[in-house]
Amino acid sequence: MNAVELDSLGLTLGRRPILRDVTLAVREGEFVGVLGPNGAGKTTLFRAILGLLKPAAGTIRVFGETARPGNAAIGYLAQSRSALPQLHLSGREFIASSIRGERYGLPILGPEGRRQLDEALDLVGAREIAARPLSAMSGGERQRLLFAQALIGHPKLLLLDEPLISLDPRRQREVVELARRLCRELGITVLFSAHELSQLFGAIDRVLYLGNGHAALGTIDEVIRPAVLSPLYGSEIEVVRANGHIFILSGDARVEEDPHLHEHHDHGHEHHDHGHS
Amino acid sequence: MGILDLDFMRNAFAASGIVAVVAGIVGVFLVLRGQTFAGHALSHVGFAGATAAGLIGLSPLGGMIAFTVLAGIGMGALGERLSGRDVAVGIVLALSLGFGLLFLHYYTSFATQASALLFGNVLAVSTGTLLTLAVLGVVALVALAAISRPLLFATLQPELAEARGVSQRTTGILFMAIVAITVSASVQIVGVLLVFTLMVGPAAAAERLTTRLGPGVLLAALIALAEAWLGVIIAFYTDWPVSFCITALSALAYFAAVIATRQA
Repeated sequence: MNAVELDSLGLTLGRRPILRDVTLAVREGEFVGVLGPNGAGKTTLFRAILGLLKPAAGTIRVFGETARPGNAAIGYLAQSRSALPQLHLSGREFIASSIRGERYGLPILGPEGRRQLDEALDLVGAREIAARPLSAMSGGERQRLLFAQALIGHPKLLLLDEPLISLDPRRQREVVELARRLCRELGITVLFSAHELSQLFGAIDRVLYLGNGHAALGTIDEVIRPAVLSPLYGSEIEVVRANGHIFILSGDARVEEDPHLHEHHDHGHEHHDHGHS
Repeated sequence: MGILDLDFMRNAFAASGIVAVVAGIVGVFLVLRGQTFAGHALSHVGFAGATAAGLIGLSPLGGMIAFTVLAGIGMGALGERLSGRDVAVGIVLALSLGFGLLFLHYYTSFATQASALLFGNVLAVSTGTLLTLAVLGVVALVALAAISRPLLFATLQPELAEARGVSQRTTGILFMAIVAITVSASVQIVGVLLVFTLMVGPAAAAERLTTRLGPGVLLAALIALAEAWLGVIIAFYTDWPVSFCITALSALAYFAAVIATRQA
């Protein structure tokens, strides 16, 4: 079964068209990197998959069912907010608020809730981190915690919206590896949006590139080509591969650079091939 | 003669105790949501409501509740659009005080009314008012208990809560209505201008002392209760205004918590 199916999908924000006539399918168990210039609609697409934004045209299906709010099959890691680092609340309490948080009544967990919480924290190795207040955590630790939260309730699809923002390269790699491990070990389909391809290189099975109202889904070799990317950027795109780096150039300007590609290159190709099998 | 032998002192303890516990608990959520300024503004709107009601011969407390609840619902409905609009909220706050002044201008017992509304007069709480405060307190706490779970979720993780079908708008409106009721009750004890002292001070101190919500709520209620009762006792023996004593204790508790928890 496909995890996500977009059929002739059109999305608009206010009156601004974000996606036009997009048809594609993400297979169950895939790790898909979602890329594209700022404002290309990565977050908007996630919100639509979550059922928070009605399609202007076409349909979105999640595991065969029309997208709707409150779908328990989807785990969501929203783009991080600036308010978190000031909260003097323990990570555990923070995540606990999401367990059946939509029900009325007192926020008391009960044994089943505590078990779910511990299980999710253990999956990402964050049980000790979670005992500390959010204000005393590093960005990477907070991100790990949010991962745990997204895993509560055994989702089959994870939507991770820019989880690498404001992390240093080493932490970025850890977060990507964590997402990949969850994808492989638990069979969870992962949509992972990021700013640069290099951050995901080697970990992802396929890339979903958004831009200019269009979308392209395929392997890196299939998508990162001038013929595919030029319509997405609305300008002539050149792709230069050199020494394990991929440079995406528009005219003379580099629109996306890959400073960290080199060190992960060999490692990357191995995973890449697995993705197709 | 003991302090509790006096009727008005017994009423003062009961009234300040009820209000302190409710304000302390509601305040925890107010601080967590970063809406303390909205709470402050609500009390000023209440001032206009109380004076307007008094002017046309209705109960000032009734007028205060009506105005604050309506304003609270409006603020809740505006929700996110209100964040970062401190100037607009501040201007409405000042306008409300101005209207209150205008209404008082035509009011016969100007000075005592104004002072009681602005700075509170817990020693003059009648048994009837005490009953009203008890009802308001129960309503606020029951309503808060009913929505606390989605409220907490929506406060801490708005995007995720929305994805799970929690309406920011509904929880925001209900919460601000609860805040409005609590503000109206608090005004009876410490007055319009000093509502912060019971609603924000204890909650902010408690928030620094624990990283957990349950103990934080309990601690905030206890700190507020201690401040209110100690304030009444100190006022009784020194003849200082009760509201001054409570504000002094509230500031003391908050800054003590800040100093005690400062990272070495």
